[in-house]
Amino acid sequence: MDILVCVKQVPDTSEIRIDPVTNTLIRSGVPSIVNPFDANALEAAVQLKEAHGGSVTVISMGPEQAKNALKECLSLGADRAVLISDRLFGGSDTLATSYILANAIKRLGKFDLILCGKQAIDGDTGQVGPEIAEHLGIAQLTFVAKLDVKGDVITVQREHDEGYEIVEAKLPVVVTVVKSINKPRYPSIKSKLAANKAVIDVLKASDLPEINTEKIGLKGSPTKVKKTFTPPRKESGIRICEDTGSGCALKLFEKLVAAKLV
Amino acid sequence: MNIADYKNVWVFIENANGEAKNVGLELLNQGRILAEANNEKIIGVVIGNDVNAAVKSTIAYGADEVILVEGEEYKDYNTDGYANVMVTLVEKFKPSVILIGASNNGRDLGPRISARLATGLTADCTGLGINEETGDITWTRPAFGGNLMATILCSTTRPQIGTVRPGVFKKAQPDTTRRAPIIKEEIRTSAEIIRTRVVGFIKAMDEAAVKLEEAEIIVSGGRGMGKPENFALLNEFADLLGGAVGASRAAVDAGWMPPLQQVGQTGKTVGPKIYFACGISGAIQHLAGMSSSDVIVAINKDPEAPIFDVADYGVVGDLFEVIPVLIEEIRKNKAS
Amino acid sequence: MGNIVTTEQKELVEMVRNFALKEVKPHVKELDEKGEFPMELLKQAFDMGLHCLEIPEEYGGSGLDYQTTAIIFEELAKVDAGYAISLVTTFVALRSVIAAGNEAQKKLFADIIIPGAFGGFCLTEPNSGSDAGSMRGTAVKDGDEYVINASKCFVTNGGVADVFVVFASTDKSKGVKGISAFIVERSRAGITVGKHEDKMGLRLSNTTDVTFTDVRVPADHLLGKEGTGFITAMNTLNVSRAFVGALAVGICQAAIDEAVKYAKERVQFKKPIGQLQAVQMILADMEIQTEAARQLVHHAMILMDDNKPVVKEGSITKTFCGDTVVKVTTDAVQIFGGYGVSKEYPVEKLMRDSKVFQIFEGTNQIQRLVIAKEMLK
Repeated sequence: MDILVCVKQVPDTSEIRIDPVTNTLIRSGVPSIVNPFDANALEAAVQLKEAHGGSVTVISMGPEQAKNALKECLSLGADRAVLISDRLFGGSDTLATSYILANAIKRLGKFDLILCGKQAIDGDTGQVGPEIAEHLGIAQLTFVAKLDVKGDVITVQREHDEGYEIVEAKLPVVVTVVKSINKPRYPSIKSKLAANKAVIDVLKASDLPEINTEKIGLKGSPTKVKKTFTPPRKESGIRICEDTGSGCALKLFEKLVAAKLV
Repeated sequence: MNIADYKNVWVFIENANGEAKNVGLELLNQGRILAEANNEKIIGVVIGNDVNAAVKSTIAYGADEVILVEGEEYKDYNTDGYANVMVTLVEKFKPSVILIGASNNGRDLGPRISARLATGLTADCTGLGINEETGDITWTRPAFGGNLMATILCSTTRPQIGTVRPGVFKKAQPDTTRRAPIIKEEIRTSAEIIRTRVVGFIKAMDEAAVKLEEAEIIVSGGRGMGKPENFALLNEFADLLGGAVGASRAAVDAGWMPPLQQVGQTGKTVGPKIYFACGISGAIQHLAGMSSSDVIVAINKDPEAPIFDVADYGVVGDLFEVIPVLIEEIRKNKAS
Repeated sequence: MGNIVTTEQKELVEMVRNFALKEVKPHVKELDEKGEFPMELLKQAFDMGLHCLEIPEEYGGSGLDYQTTAIIFEELAKVDAGYAISLVTTFVALRSVIAAGNEAQKKLFADIIIPGAFGGFCLTEPNSGSDAGSMRGTAVKDGDEYVINASKCFVTNGGVADVFVVFASTDKSKGVKGISAFIVERSRAGITVGKHEDKMGLRLSNTTDVTFTDVRVPADHLLGKEGTGFITAMNTLNVSRAFVGALAVGICQAAIDEAVKYAKERVQFKKPIGQLQAVQMILADMEIQTEAARQLVHHAMILMDDNKPVVKEGSITKTFCGDTVVKVTTDAVQIFGGYGVSKEYPVEKLMRDSKVFQIFEGTNQIQRLVIAKEMLK
């Protein structure tokens, strides 16, 4: 199977703090990582390759430093990594980004399966995967917690409110995965050393001749950010701190009854 | 595209088994405010098979009109069928705004149709407003794991589409005497176009269990629960209150609770009347999933836990001492 | 961690640190209480290739240099030195094979270890510890085989190793010069493993007696020539000594990290105890000694990477690191006060782990003899 995985290098948003004085994000010192859901997607791809044979190609649209994320993916079992990078791509929203990625994918070949993480932990939109599917004109399966491939049919379990929906489709499809699908492996010393030596191809806008420059960058982005702000802090309320646990419980109960909550 | 040609606010009324899901009905209420700001109508779009109940609810909860598309092929949600219907409807009726509940299916559908229509989509919104100068919708949403809020505009294309978090907006009081026109559109999607097939379902939650998305009371446990067996205490508490049980990411990652019950930025987002956070520290990613709760009660041993910054009632104590006593008191109160 | 030079080293070390913190650390307390060997967690180390770091590339290993390997093992030892030593001990056996073995033997050893296995080093006997030359184990030539009879004790990985380097006498009359070294696969008939030692520290490490009763090995399993075994053992230990220092430094760092954290949190006399000079003096001395120990290790690694002999340097490193880790961990317990001796807090374990570093790989008394001997040459 020839599988393509889309990954994004993101700041580790669980490490981000808000400066209490300026109310802005403290981004310095926050490590850049492979988006955790994309790591799940890559692991799923490598497991499929190990079971069925074939190849895993990883692509990422980003600045030069995204090569580090791609190297990480090579050390985790990807066979080839390609960076899609050009100043002209800057400022792209999800529509423009997915358009660029779809063009790059077309340029790189025919794939049986395209895997993405369900959302990037910085943008949190979850839109690029399905939009890539639309641009490529292929089917999509989102929020996938389990997948199996037999021949050219993929069967997945999609996360649903009360359980999992079992859905079938014929390849090729775009699949977005959730965390519970697998536990990504660690690299090995050898694979890490090998990945460090690997050469990562870069595709620029000029390498994608079919691309319509009106549809990339700010020009190709119908959504624009008007402003950003740190979430308003809810005012903290009543603090209950008695000597004993049961003392606390009684005080809380009293207050909840008074507020007609129980 | 001529922006002026596009009018009215649509709400995609997602339904399950013919019944409208809460999130669509919540959006009718907020959607009305947006529609009225531009002197436009709020219209519910119902797609499915045998969906009379959903249509009735849509009208009762405030739609000025309902657009209804029925067909066997729409019985279960599928991307290709629903996208085909929505895009065909959009091309015919030219709505200015489409609101979609950010359920998994909503977040599956939104980007498919926005890409097909080459228009802007804003995901997972927690705030909706009107831009004074232009009448465009302002879409406010969390990013960076909930650390940052962004307000987005889609001013150059139509329709403006957004998926909206369940539980952020409240449903109106239903009025079953309301009447509204039902516009039936005949749109069929042939089998070759629908490329995915639902072949089964695995129930992961008890039939009787209260769903997190619909619950008015949620009792959630975090790392402070210590081990999976201790969630039995929270189950007991939730049962007593008629509520649902949730979990923080820490508890799910530790394997104590299933992923479907995770509340947070990358899990489910909830907006119940009361949210009990038990042994949960209150990381931003968790808050992002429950901050629209009406009342937050936090029980945690650590007085420095960030959850206390947002709790309406913050109990600094051992949850294993506090909760059993609370359960007792509530039981006594109910009996009397 | 002042010795990380290249980006590549940094990435490898971070990778291992990340793995150790996420996968191993959460289980250490419980495993230490039970004295349980963490086979599943070590299998994950195999997946990462941590068991073949020193095996040369031509035999299928990672062939990493000593400097990088030492830093990696310092990181692992920070999380648990018993876990780390299970992997390091394989390298001890490996070094005997590299020092004295031929190509076929090196390949044999590598082929057993690389798929994911442990090695063991069988030198000590109940009656011959420091006085290794007085060992009673024998290896008698019989046709084209040797028959080994030996009772070895305190064998790290004894119960889990798939291959041993065993020292036994091929000629009692020659005393020390009659000892020979052999590769012995676990699969050979006649090998029995005794009970797992219930130890004070390094409780995640498997330590047992290993008894060889009429164990037959082909003659080509003799490492080097007959009678050179003691030299092989000494050459091996010279290199291992410095290496063991890296583990001790890891324990020291863990002790410092815990002590500093506690000093910032614990309030007495209305301020964190870290602001009290008495505590600052102790912390500073811990830091000075640990950094000095670390640099000794690093220096020894540089010499070893340059193929220079490290007889004296190895002994100096091991002695200093052994004495330092005992002192630094004891100081850490002191800083925690009453809580320091409680099993609820992490430092008493570090103190228990530290003591053996003054004893194994040649006691610190023997080390001092080695150093003096080098000085007086």
